[in-house]
Amino acid sequence: MQLEFIGPFQIVLGILARLWPVWLSLIVVVGVSLVYRKRLGLYGQLFDTGVGVAGVLICLFWLFTAIFASVVAPFDPLAQVPVMKDALPGAIVPDGGGIYLLGGDKLARDVFSRMIYGSQIVLVIAPAATLFAIMVGVTLGLPAGYYGGRVDSFLSFLANLVLAFPVILLFYLLVTPGIMDTPIPYGLAGVFFLFPIIFFAVLFYTRFKNRPDRLYLLLALTILIGGWVYVGLVFDRDPLGIISIDPNQLNIFVAVVFASSPGVFRIVRGLVMDIKTRDYIAAAQTRGETPWYIMLWEILPNARGPLIVDACLRIGYTTILLGTLGYFGLGLAPESPDWGTAIKDASRLLRSFIHPALPPTVALMSFVLGLNLLADALREQSLKD
Amino acid sequence: MLVFILRRLGTMLLTMVCLTMVVFFMVNLEPNLKKLAISQLDMRSPPEQIEAWLVKNGYRQNFFVRYGQWLGVIKKQPNVNPETGATTPRFTFCNEPAEPYYGGILQGDFGCSTKFKTPVSAKLWPALGATGILMFWVMATMVPISLLIGVLAGMREGSRTDRTLSVASIATTATPEYVSGVIFTVIFASWLGWLNGSAASATAQGVTFYNFTLPVMTMAIYGIGYIARMTRASMVEVMTQQYIRTARLKGLSFSSVVIKHALRNALIAPFTVIMLQFPWLLTGVVIVETMFRYQGFGFTLVEAAGNNDIDLLLACSLVSVFVVLFTQLISDVGYAYLNPRIRVQ
Repeated sequence: MQLEFIGPFQIVLGILARLWPVWLSLIVVVGVSLVYRKRLGLYGQLFDTGVGVAGVLICLFWLFTAIFASVVAPFDPLAQVPVMKDALPGAIVPDGGGIYLLGGDKLARDVFSRMIYGSQIVLVIAPAATLFAIMVGVTLGLPAGYYGGRVDSFLSFLANLVLAFPVILLFYLLVTPGIMDTPIPYGLAGVFFLFPIIFFAVLFYTRFKNRPDRLYLLLALTILIGGWVYVGLVFDRDPLGIISIDPNQLNIFVAVVFASSPGVFRIVRGLVMDIKTRDYIAAAQTRGETPWYIMLWEILPNARGPLIVDACLRIGYTTILLGTLGYFGLGLAPESPDWGTAIKDASRLLRSFIHPALPPTVALMSFVLGLNLLADALREQSLKD
Repeated sequence: MLVFILRRLGTMLLTMVCLTMVVFFMVNLEPNLKKLAISQLDMRSPPEQIEAWLVKNGYRQNFFVRYGQWLGVIKKQPNVNPETGATTPRFTFCNEPAEPYYGGILQGDFGCSTKFKTPVSAKLWPALGATGILMFWVMATMVPISLLIGVLAGMREGSRTDRTLSVASIATTATPEYVSGVIFTVIFASWLGWLNGSAASATAQGVTFYNFTLPVMTMAIYGIGYIARMTRASMVEVMTQQYIRTARLKGLSFSSVVIKHALRNALIAPFTVIMLQFPWLLTGVVIVETMFRYQGFGFTLVEAAGNNDIDLLLACSLVSVFVVLFTQLISDVGYAYLNPRIRVQ
């Protein structure tokens, strides 16, 4: 059967039109930000440089694409329309089903819809895993840098141990289908997800030690919310049934946190060693503050600049890691629409068809580029102060 | 200095023992052993037969005994058939003495590859050689280009060249190998047809511009941005130093100030960065060799990991961990050597 096609100009128009909720939200958010940028602190200053604007725009674009994925994507990411196998961009689905704006892949799925839905997976896992990695890195890096000595030697040795592993080998060992039968991923998840709870508990305890009314409320909230998320994520037994995670995704999540937390640890440790020589730390020590109060309420807020920059870069790096996992077919389901898996599938067929390969590669590249530009602009702003 | 190096070597040894033990533990997990047994027997073997195979080949011995055997500090027992009393090698493709012997890493025996059906050393060394060639070309293109970009950008901070080159370097760090590989293949192999989209022929017929440019380009591009940015930062810092101003006020031309005074001091920091790139390049090697079907170390690692080829995977991890730690050592020692100010007292 002969397929009908629309022209390149119509393809571009079609894509732009499909993304209308994204454009609308972008205009609203950027407009509001521009009006109030004087009052928005660091975020507002980003709009002063071209690099910063580009970074913010790209990141927001993908954020809104992920949020509105179900509105933007014309097709289900897994739906197959047999006639559309390897269809070129702009092919019209017979019987008025719609248009494959960027063509079909080898399983006759819409490349454009898959790219849009892929952003959802990436934008959920990458920032969340980075957040956990930062929690783990900060909670361990603070005492290592502050106490030094044996604590430092031990923790640094552990961090170097993980860093000496080539990432790819780590993934092949940690993210194999077989490992789901062993308790290892759950054990690691159990350890890693404990860190945020410990972090917030200590954070509130050190601050409100002498104000029991506030302290008990905050501690109870931390343990309640933390415990709820913990039970939901690690044991997959959320009593309310809201939080649940696929065992595969948990495995990926754990592997990514495992691979990137030593990096955060090293940065935090270095920052703490630098900051602890300052006068205000000596003042706090003379006041008789406890070490953990000094670490969490004196040192950490002053280390936030480099940490925010690092977080941006790290989300980008985590996205690349996720892509690597997808590229080697590790962890994610074979039909998953994430970018890495899509690149893997398409790159095998590059000799015959190139159109399924380009959208996911461009998507991944632009998102990481946006984050890197953002990090660069943030660094420049923080250097100015 | 000697004490420093010795201490580092000690830590390195300890790290390697810990890491190999972790890898050993991971590859010997129950599901992995089952997978190996099934791949060696056939798909429909009953559980008893799988168990018998695992016992017969010594996979059911104590973990530390097996680790010791692999390391070469505990004797390997020959495989004796309980009925006939005859000794047969565990794997037909590997020679094995009939009496107990020390055969481990320390004796230079890497064991048997169950996937490629040959001794590990017969597979590993040629693969490493092939990757060595790839690495050489990657380094030969990546280092000069990135240093040049970094120096040009850092020479005049804030100039238009600086901004353009900086954004370009940020862009390359946002392009992992599997992305740039696809894009380059599309441009140079599919559209223009200048280059070969596969390096499979490089193993047999030798390296040519036609089949090797794409893998080298793909791998180099990811590292270029990072090294260039580090070089730029280092160059910017050097250019604000007093002695540069002195040289300039002395009446030297800008180019001779850059080449004679700034460059030598600005290149110390990138040296460390380049050395620390090796762990990253290792991942790149795996991706690029899989993508362009080049039979090197990365390809071997993927095959070993995919088929749970225990001895080969252990050998691969040993090599990669050694490379990572050794380059770290070189970067530390080299840094102290290049920069007299922090030479260890």
